[in-house]
Amino acid sequence: MKTIRSMLFALMALVLTASVVGCQPSQPAGPVTIRVLTMEQAGPTVEEMNAIVEEFNKTNPDIKVEIEYVAYDALHDKVTTAMASNPPAYDVFLADDIWYAEFAKSGYVLDVTDRITADRREGIFPAAWDITTVGGKVYGMPWLLDEMYFFYNEDLLKQAGFDAPPATWEELIAQAQVMKDQGIVEYPMVWSWGQYEAAICDWVILLSGNGGSLVDDKGAPAFNNEKGVDTLNWMVQTIDDGYTNPASISYVEEDVRNVFSQGKAAFAVNWTYMYDLVNFNADESQVTGKIKMSLMPAFEGSGVQSSSINGSMGFSIAATSPNPDAAWKYIEFLTSEDIQNQYSAHLLPMWQTSFEGENLTKLEGYTPANAVTVPMFNEQFPFAQVRPKVPYYPEASKSLQLALQEALTKQKTPEQALNDAAAKWVELAK
Amino acid sequence: MQRKRTLAQQDTLVGLALILPSFLIILGISLQPILSTLYLSLFEVPRGINLQNTFVGLGNYIALLREPIFWATIGRTLYFTVISVGLELALGLAIAQLIHAHPPGWQFLRTSLIIPWAVPTIVNGTMWRWIYNADYGALNGLFLQLGLIDKYIPWLTRPELAMNLVILADIWHSVPFIALILQAALATLPADLEEAASVDGATALQYFWFIRLPLLRPAILVALIIRTVEAFRAFDIIYVITNGGPANGTVTISFLTYLEMFSFGHAGRGSALSFLISIFTLGLAFIYIRMLYRPEEKL
Amino acid sequence: MKKKLRLIVLSILVLLALLFIYVPVAWLVISSISTRAELLSTPIHWIPQNPTLQNYINILAPSQGTSEVAKTFRITLWNSLMVASSVTVIALVFGSLAAYALIRLHFPFRKTLLIGILGTRMIPEISLVIPLYLFATRFGLFNSPVILIITYLSFALPFAIWLMAAFFDTIPVELEDAARIDGCNRIQTFWRIILPISAPGLVSTGLFVFLTAWDEFFFALILTSTVSAKTVPVAIAEFTGRYVVDVGGMMTGGVLAAIPPVLLSLIFQRYIVSGLTAGAVKG
Repeated sequence: MKTIRSMLFALMALVLTASVVGCQPSQPAGPVTIRVLTMEQAGPTVEEMNAIVEEFNKTNPDIKVEIEYVAYDALHDKVTTAMASNPPAYDVFLADDIWYAEFAKSGYVLDVTDRITADRREGIFPAAWDITTVGGKVYGMPWLLDEMYFFYNEDLLKQAGFDAPPATWEELIAQAQVMKDQGIVEYPMVWSWGQYEAAICDWVILLSGNGGSLVDDKGAPAFNNEKGVDTLNWMVQTIDDGYTNPASISYVEEDVRNVFSQGKAAFAVNWTYMYDLVNFNADESQVTGKIKMSLMPAFEGSGVQSSSINGSMGFSIAATSPNPDAAWKYIEFLTSEDIQNQYSAHLLPMWQTSFEGENLTKLEGYTPANAVTVPMFNEQFPFAQVRPKVPYYPEASKSLQLALQEALTKQKTPEQALNDAAAKWVELAK
Repeated sequence: MQRKRTLAQQDTLVGLALILPSFLIILGISLQPILSTLYLSLFEVPRGINLQNTFVGLGNYIALLREPIFWATIGRTLYFTVISVGLELALGLAIAQLIHAHPPGWQFLRTSLIIPWAVPTIVNGTMWRWIYNADYGALNGLFLQLGLIDKYIPWLTRPELAMNLVILADIWHSVPFIALILQAALATLPADLEEAASVDGATALQYFWFIRLPLLRPAILVALIIRTVEAFRAFDIIYVITNGGPANGTVTISFLTYLEMFSFGHAGRGSALSFLISIFTLGLAFIYIRMLYRPEEKL
Repeated sequence: MKKKLRLIVLSILVLLALLFIYVPVAWLVISSISTRAELLSTPIHWIPQNPTLQNYINILAPSQGTSEVAKTFRITLWNSLMVASSVTVIALVFGSLAAYALIRLHFPFRKTLLIGILGTRMIPEISLVIPLYLFATRFGLFNSPVILIITYLSFALPFAIWLMAAFFDTIPVELEDAARIDGCNRIQTFWRIILPISAPGLVSTGLFVFLTAWDEFFFALILTSTVSAKTVPVAIAEFTGRYVVDVGGMMTGGVLAAIPPVLLSLIFQRYIVSGLTAGAVKG
């Protein structure tokens, strides 16, 4: 028995040493390889990404770029797994807004504050920098700007006798009541309130449209107050009154798009991607040509004009990458003004000059959808909120998702649910 | 005497030789990961590069066992496992018997059984998520046309209902496994037994209960154990259909482990959770073996 | 009369079982040949009015504009086929040998071994994947089908051993004793008597192992991300973008992914003969 135990310990020690001591390959001379992890079906197509690499190689023949594409759902896990080995499996990776605080605290992403030139800092939208900045330090280049918008079905509004979209949520409820009374739609609104990050996005929009916010200046939870309870109560009430589709409790963005495409909802909140598919693609939608976008409503008397949520991403360098300089060269090239303007058929550039003069005309002309979404972006982006940059965000978000769900399924009162979530946030911050 | 001992010795040698390759493969692949998981479960592991782990002993386990959410999750997981495996066994046994009775179309049925099983879990989940959808799902469409409901129902918005619907999707996918295993076991049974029974004048039920079921016991035991291990660790199908919602109503232990390990970055807690899962599944396996194992069988 | 009634009842039951299987399958196929606009129609179009094979064309004969996922889908099918069949063959060979030894031979710690083997599979994949990932990168096996074959054996082999053990257990010992009296040794008995009788078990176990490997998602997701090793479930998952879910593409992927296992079971069907009689004749 004793021998077995000591053998086990020896084995365990061996195993552990082996897993701690990674091999450190010596830096070979000649071209360096930069391995890039990005996601499928987002922004530029694979062909466009390859074309960018080709152009990059014209001026940087000594850097070889290898790109791997994975699904968005796999991206976070892939990055955290890759960082467990040394050197990491990737030198450059795409990261979502809400992961930056966690990645920065874990030491996964390289601090690139000093690498950013002044014309870059000034040329790019200030709100875009919010994505990759944690505690005053910049951890990557913003990329793939996105935010949520307010969509409405103009046809249904006209049937109910309205010429203009609502500017406030109160006005929206009034219009919804008319639609219900006339039997135009059963549930005028559809939301993504399922147990997903999407619910947080919707809630932040409503909460900040009510003058509230998730956290205060010190980063402490600030949603379990009158404004938070009011907002959550409003959500519960709209389901009870039949203004909101009750299935919203199980929906994500894609369900919202589907229901909206059916013409079963007059109002919806969703990301940019929905517009093109709903309004221009008859294979995808039954309401093509009837969909408009307008500034996100806010609550009356809140003093807020509009609100939205920033859902952009960024490209970062793995902190343990053996080739940070080559990696940065590639990221710089990928996010340069020229390349962005040249390849913006499938993504919004983050350079302010891209939205001016000739560049703007070109940008708006890429697709019929761009003619609407580009000006709308300009109008809505100043109101876009960033979710709290706290390293425990994934866990905090899950507890808030649970709170919203508990209130929506009537297992707890909004007040109770929000207090519980806030207590969890305080505990996490310790 | 002399001859017998050599035979026994020969048995041991041959036996070890036969087992050795499998034993080495399993040991080689599983030992290192399992040991490092066990090791990690004794630490608080901050996520990050070059960070020190803090030894907490059984701290992670004790903390988990104290949390109400852990027990609620275990409860849901047991519910999921017991209901889905139980119904799968009942249905699987029925289908296997049906095939064994060789009614018209039995061969077609046996071939068809493979289909639900062959549909990848991730597609199965997406398909059922669409079927259950409140606004454009086939379930509402079908029920409305059959006159069973008078308006569309939001199926996935109530925790208990959502759980049962996830179970239904899992049953559809997994019944074929049990049915095929039991059907194959039935096919291996001696045919003369059946004839003997009918000569003795046993009723069908008596025959099933006293002769067929005991003979099937080893196959049932194995099918149960394998399906229980799988069901207890169900993850993909829940991730796709409900993502744990509504209000955590479908969060099972594997889903919680996934959140802790990957989303929240608590490698220590996650490892402890996975060892607790192992203990629970081993416990269930032992219950089965107790219930189904008979000393005269040499399992 | 009683026989006729029994036939009718059994036929109805077969019909019900077939409905249980085929109604969702039919919906799967319909979803794969419908546009989303049509899938969203109310009342539901059970038969699509404008069926389209576009999803199939995208995968089977991709053109310039098709998505990368659809383009590379055929390669991932091939990867899956290689991985799953290698795992099946290895697991069947080693698994049935080990199972036979564990069931029929007398040596110490038999039962402990059997339970120990199963015990290695109780830990969820989720917590094994990081150590395995480190193993893969250390030996240069990251993004290689070989690492999938190795890791899949970790669950395939124990299950194959357990399943085969159960089948061997249903074979009467007397049969074997008869063979041994005829002068066969253990190996000969196993080869000439046990294996032929166990054909249904072997085929079912093989199918089980193949399908489990075919369906495995989490290891493949973390351990592969290039086309050289991605498997079908990973490719199918990539029909999901950040927000968009290409449901048609996914359903089509599902239909195509289901075809190889179904074909395999059709091919091996004839080996699932009524075991004992066949074995007795040969023995």
